[in-house]
Amino acid sequence: MLDGRSLVKRTAGLRLWLSAGWIGALVIGAVFAPWIAPQDPLMQDLFTSRLPPFWMDGAEPGYWLGTDSLGRDVLSRILYGGRVALVVALIAGTATALIGATLGLIAGYFRGWADMVISRLVDIWMAFPPVLFAILLIAVMGTGLTSVVVAIIVIDWTRFARVVRAEAMAQGAMDYVASAQVAGRGRMSTLLTEILPNVLPTIAVLLTLEMGIAVIVEAILSFVNLSVSTDDPTWGGMIAEGRLSIHQAWWVLVFPLVALFLTVLSFSQLGEGLKDRFDPVLN
Amino acid sequence: MSYLRIRDLSVVLRGTRHRLLRGVSLDVGATEVMGLVGESGAGKSMIGKAVLGILPRSAKIVSGSIELDGVDLLTLPPRQRRHVIGQKAALIPQDPLTALNPARRIEPQITDRLVDILGWDRARARTRAAEILHDVHIPQPERVLRAYPHELSGGMRQRVLIASAFAAEPRLIVADEPTTALDVTVQKQILKLIFEMQARHGTALLFVTHDLGVVSKICQRLTVLYGGLVMEEAEVGAFFDAPAHPYSRALLAATPRHTDPTADLTPVPEAVIAEARRAVAEADLRWHS
Repeated sequence: MLDGRSLVKRTAGLRLWLSAGWIGALVIGAVFAPWIAPQDPLMQDLFTSRLPPFWMDGAEPGYWLGTDSLGRDVLSRILYGGRVALVVALIAGTATALIGATLGLIAGYFRGWADMVISRLVDIWMAFPPVLFAILLIAVMGTGLTSVVVAIIVIDWTRFARVVRAEAMAQGAMDYVASAQVAGRGRMSTLLTEILPNVLPTIAVLLTLEMGIAVIVEAILSFVNLSVSTDDPTWGGMIAEGRLSIHQAWWVLVFPLVALFLTVLSFSQLGEGLKDRFDPVLN
Repeated sequence: MSYLRIRDLSVVLRGTRHRLLRGVSLDVGATEVMGLVGESGAGKSMIGKAVLGILPRSAKIVSGSIELDGVDLLTLPPRQRRHVIGQKAALIPQDPLTALNPARRIEPQITDRLVDILGWDRARARTRAAEILHDVHIPQPERVLRAYPHELSGGMRQRVLIASAFAAEPRLIVADEPTTALDVTVQKQILKLIFEMQARHGTALLFVTHDLGVVSKICQRLTVLYGGLVMEEAEVGAFFDAPAHPYSRALLAATPRHTDPTADLTPVPEAVIAEARRAVAEADLRWHS
């Protein structure tokens, strides 16, 4: 007999492995970029400009994904650009999760005036268009990796605060929280041992989504030249440059775009996969 | 001398003057089993929650006193109140499916109180937890201690909750419709278990239920509530022989008879409800003026 549950589990497992595989490969590529990258990502050579990827006529060995109009190797630039993307995803994602989840837990569990202040703040915050907000912030703070990370945190903590608040409220109404209160537990220790562990899976899923979003925001900012300095390769910067030569050399635009797409997709699927894996009800 | 002594307790819906409990007075003796009966919404559970300090945020105590073992709970600061309640009282909740934290193993959920309130060390608390699980007839208590709630059946979880309630030897237990969420086949075993434990430990028990049949079997006294107002308080024997209040009489008459399943159910007559409502309205009138 076909058991529906095992079917669900198997596809969830495949999704988890594929997305974790891509992100794992990306991490390895980024960490070991200086050794893996076939070329110097910054070296310009007009004699090798706009070389096509390896399977097309006119390709040169050593330039697997072709070169851009200044003769820089696309694969090497994607690997180095992955460094920026992953650093931003990791730092901005984690910091956003910490700040947003803390505020969400406080608002959702303690309620009262703390909830009033935090929820109104979230409402006001969410009224700003996020990308414009980020551009404004960076215009004030100046470009650079730190500014990008700070901008993402400042824009996106509300996402965590909202969801975690709702989740903490739902958990707070559960009987086991009442039981803990009857057993003489303090509010803070109830929050840490009864509420937090049950909200953690939600936070983990949001965190992986947030990492994907951070990668996108970084790409948007580097697309408009507001991320790290233009000397460093970034996916957004490559897309911006590739756009100019799309009819002569499509690969300059398409490969970083694919890398970006797969990374964001993998992050969101990783979150879903983890949720299925750790959901006690499904297991 | 009663162990739990509630006097003139009024609870309102926060932000309004609408009362959910209308000056309830109630005594539970030191080893007594008190049944608390009434229709849904009569405020039965509300009383238990007020005693244990777990009223929902929307409810607020506005007057009256709750004395537990001679200590007036409502005048204590919150931290001390929690400590006193944690030491002397415990809860057997209604729904075993939501009453255990799904993210924690069984062991800390039983031992936390022993460690936090009684100041035992972990090892001693663990031994005690295994012992009390054995007392509620759970086979392989060691295995259950290591389990997560979702690995246990509903009846098993309710046993764990009963064990957990009795673990710290509280002097009062509030059982809030402890069998409502269970299978009919399991209900009887769980009821038997609660009263076996109650008898062995000599704990006072406030038993919230809408099942008069259960009350007749296990309680010594009972209190009938309607609209947050006490209609009648009586010895169980006297009550079932001759209920004094017309509402109690009607409630008793409305109990389904298992002897004749085809008989029509008797609803509580309109006139009786009207009278009960009038009593509620009069109480409110006195209170508001």
